[in-house]
Amino acid sequence: MNTLTYWFHKLGSPPTFYRIATALQPWCYGVALVLGLIGLYGGLVVAPKDYQQGDAYRIIFVHVPCAWMGLFAYLFMAVNAFIALVWRIKLNEVLAMASAPVGAAFTFVTLVTGSLWGKPMWGTWWTWDARLTSELFLLFLYFGVIGLYNAIEDRRQAARAASFLALIGVVNLPIVHFSVNWWNTLHQGSTVRLFGPSRIDASMLWPLLLLAIATHLWFFGSVLARARGGLIELDAGKDWVRTLALAQSKPTASGVT
Amino acid sequence: MTPTRKRRLVIVSLVVAAVGVAAALIAFTLGQNTNYLFSPSEVQAGHVAPDATFRLGGVVLENSVHRASDSLRVDFIVTDRFKEMPVQYTGILPDLFREGQSIVATGKMDGGHFAATQILAKHDETYMPPEVHDAIEKAKHVDHASADASAAN
Repeated sequence: MNTLTYWFHKLGSPPTFYRIATALQPWCYGVALVLGLIGLYGGLVVAPKDYQQGDAYRIIFVHVPCAWMGLFAYLFMAVNAFIALVWRIKLNEVLAMASAPVGAAFTFVTLVTGSLWGKPMWGTWWTWDARLTSELFLLFLYFGVIGLYNAIEDRRQAARAASFLALIGVVNLPIVHFSVNWWNTLHQGSTVRLFGPSRIDASMLWPLLLLAIATHLWFFGSVLARARGGLIELDAGKDWVRTLALAQSKPTASGVT
Repeated sequence: MTPTRKRRLVIVSLVVAAVGVAAALIAFTLGQNTNYLFSPSEVQAGHVAPDATFRLGGVVLENSVHRASDSLRVDFIVTDRFKEMPVQYTGILPDLFREGQSIVATGKMDGGHFAATQILAKHDETYMPPEVHDAIEKAKHVDHASADASAAN
């Protein structure tokens, strides 16, 4: 076995992953909080007004990073779901199911902030154009995955059934992303582009990118936290969990006896 | 990879591919029907059924907005820079409604003009500070002025 596969196997074992996740989680949350606060200050205070929308455009500093995370979380969930279905690795089942509620929350925030911005700017809270409809569908897919996972008694069977649904829903991702190019929509096209120049001034772009990094880190922090809980639940009877529980209850136990 | 895993890999991949093809076919078939709006050119080319309620999208032509003095009635022309369409609307307009701005009007054809029941402003994906916008406008004017000057010479 070469070193790479060795590390994959090691990382895939619940006790090792649990240890690494416990160490990483506060860093994810901490750095996300610092970058997020700097980004929010930059976006809401430092960045100049927009030439057309005035101050109302500032909602993009919440809306756009959350929208990106809604898609990213789904992709992360689908990749883990795929591995879980083919290789039946416990850790990937847990990771896939851990990312569903986090992704759903980001998608929900995207829809709410977009709606709040839509009323004054477009003139309506909601309209059934391709972008808005496919984003709503994304939220319902998350709900479907969460619901299916909780509807089946056996945790591992539940995870695999929900993984299957998550994997099928992956066709919605390109539809959400490209809807503004494929169809005439009320929603504007992409402002920040990976290829080619972005359509946003540099003074407004840096807080947006900082917030994008912050939301990614926050996502990983939450997924690690949820995955730790999921692993402990699944492995409740195993030795490593017992050792962990004993190690944590030692101070109080020694106090009692 | 064990044979069981290989079999599962093939099955899962096939299912995802099949769903992808199905979704692509549906999206392709829906085609025009999922279009949120029609441009004046498309309307004049007869892409919209008569008496149908639809959304008309385009730019509000510069110097075409006329507001009635005694009511909320507004008359203006929507253009896609190829064809033009006169629009009539009575009601409150969104903040971003102005000449040269993209809008989406819901309504139906009434003779030669479009009778709108709702006007939404469509925003583009460009964000910049007012100063940058002014500088760009100024640069455009300088360009025009020098072009005019060279044309006059």
